[in-house]
Amino acid sequence: MNGADAIIKCLEAEKVDYVFGYPGVAICPFYNSILSSDIKTVLVRTEQNAAHMASGLARTTKKPGVCAVTSGPGATNLLTGIATAFADSIPLICITGQVNSALLGSDVFQEADVTGAAESFVKYSYLVKDVNDIPRIFKEAFHIAMTGRKGPVLIDVPIDIQNAVIKKFEYPSEVKMRTYKPTVKGNALQLKRMCAAIEKAKKPLICVGGGIALSDCQPELLEFVEKNRIPVVSTMMGIGAMPTKHELYFGMVGNNGKPYANKAMAECDTLVMMGARVADRAVNQPDFLTENKVLIHMDVDPAEIGKNCGPTIPIVGDAKAILEDLNKEKIDVSDSEWIDHLKDLKETLKDNRFADSKYVNPKEFIEALSDKLPDDAIYVADVGQNQIFSCAYHIVKKGKFLTSGGMGTMGYSIPAALGAKLANPLKQVVAVCGDGSLQMSMCEMATVKQENANIKIIVFKNGYLGMVREYQHFTYKDNYSVVELNDYPNLKLLAEAYDFDYRKITYDE
Amino acid sequence: MKRKVFQLLVDNTSGVLSRISGLFSRRGYNIESITAGVTANPKYTRITIVTNGDEDVLEQIEKQVAKLVDVEDIKELEPEKSVYRELALIKVKADAANRQGVISIADIFRANIIDVGPQTLIIELTGDQEKIDAFIGLLEGYEILELARTGIAGLARGIENVTYLP
Repeated sequence: MNGADAIIKCLEAEKVDYVFGYPGVAICPFYNSILSSDIKTVLVRTEQNAAHMASGLARTTKKPGVCAVTSGPGATNLLTGIATAFADSIPLICITGQVNSALLGSDVFQEADVTGAAESFVKYSYLVKDVNDIPRIFKEAFHIAMTGRKGPVLIDVPIDIQNAVIKKFEYPSEVKMRTYKPTVKGNALQLKRMCAAIEKAKKPLICVGGGIALSDCQPELLEFVEKNRIPVVSTMMGIGAMPTKHELYFGMVGNNGKPYANKAMAECDTLVMMGARVADRAVNQPDFLTENKVLIHMDVDPAEIGKNCGPTIPIVGDAKAILEDLNKEKIDVSDSEWIDHLKDLKETLKDNRFADSKYVNPKEFIEALSDKLPDDAIYVADVGQNQIFSCAYHIVKKGKFLTSGGMGTMGYSIPAALGAKLANPLKQVVAVCGDGSLQMSMCEMATVKQENANIKIIVFKNGYLGMVREYQHFTYKDNYSVVELNDYPNLKLLAEAYDFDYRKITYDE
Repeated sequence: MKRKVFQLLVDNTSGVLSRISGLFSRRGYNIESITAGVTANPKYTRITIVTNGDEDVLEQIEKQVAKLVDVEDIKELEPEKSVYRELALIKVKADAANRQGVISIADIFRANIIDVGPQTLIIELTGDQEKIDAFIGLLEGYEILELARTGIAGLARGIENVTYLP
């Protein structure tokens, strides 16, 4: 058995179903070994999208996504995808081929120091130097990716290590890492303080972030807020943590959020940030969060607590474990006046942006689309104005809402939708993008066909990079610079070229 | 701005120093000095970092470093509860005429002369940073040709708070 065979054995032991990637000489031993495995491979059209596909799979299953690419340009192309996953704490295992270990550092063909290049946006990385380390490294990598604050782990494997004979393959049954021990359970005393603070509050509010989906605890969250009657708002990454139409849900916060959600954040007297980073787009003046209110910040990553604002009560732990503990407590919140007030705000502070009736109204369109989608549909929003439309108007029922929130990587939707579809073949999956973001990953339409994946791609075509145009409209007083896309590609012909069905809507019909 | 000395215990793996210094540079934290060396247990490396920043920055430094997968432990070495030492090697221009003057200053500081050339002396001095600064100050009348300082290494006093690793 050689190193490449051992890697495949590790992936099998971790019950990996799919590997997304692109071969090249330095990863060829791996792609040779995988032929004798049941693990399915997906040939992408550019490496960045392998990471996005793995991300789509990871976010819709309980497993990390796996991608494998070659050294040099293969590895550097992957970087944006890794950074995108890191920003949203998505667990990935990224395997890169590397040149012969004896030649490392001598600038040979297709050599790039990928562990060095990716250092600032991986949770951890390995450069394998001994074939016998492979089982331990893979065991650790899957553990690191999936525990604590999840994230991508990079494993760089020189070609001679893939070809070397392994003495004995034994996949470790447990991880022995001296230095890595993430906190899962919330401190009992802090939880008591939190319950007391919520009981004392007249206007409590919970702001949920991506941590809820990552910890897979939507049912626990619902139980907690329904039992205790606490209203909820969300960050962009928190969309889908609560059903959009739930009576206790009051929309997304932030500069692109709902006015009534921001009002709720400003007016509440006790705020629980739950699995949310207090990032700049959600909370542009974090100092206000601690002014005149009790701030309870709950996160699995202790370094996020106090980074942007100092909380009154910090709680470190996994959202699911904390909510399970909280659901055993009895909290007495009897004030319905606050919820009624928020409902009034929701009625009066209507969001009337983008109401141009000459063309398709994004609000009408996305609401109609949401209506047509099955309850458990997976909706993947790209980046740009289309993302703002999706966040504002998509109605999540029991499904998932995926987007690149932290990094804002254009071109995310098509590959992520494909990854999600392959992992959930029975679910309806839609990718919603603009004509800018479409063109960043439309090459993957071929991959969609190759995998016979029945996903829908919806393109908002306005001939502009709409988000930047909007910014230039406000900030540079209509001095538009480098934002005009010409009319190409002709989407009808594009659809035909890739053998997709095609429909066009030009006005509200 | 406050100055703090942190003591880290980290896995003795390749790249660990670059992971730590990379974290400091990309997040804009200052490093006044950094020293690293293997401990009695060869699986671990002890690192002493001298840094400065506002209180909230120093708190972030501690949390971000603790988060790194390779880091077992980080704690502050508080000045009153710790000892710090730094080593300096100083090459001074000294010929027969002024050699004696340099040697007598070195004697007062209990520094060692470890190399003598026709025109130079190399002096080795160990102490806390203030002592070394003071010594360099006194040599101002002479010509310092080259200076190498290690940055401080430190340990907390006493038996409390020892991260014992068999």
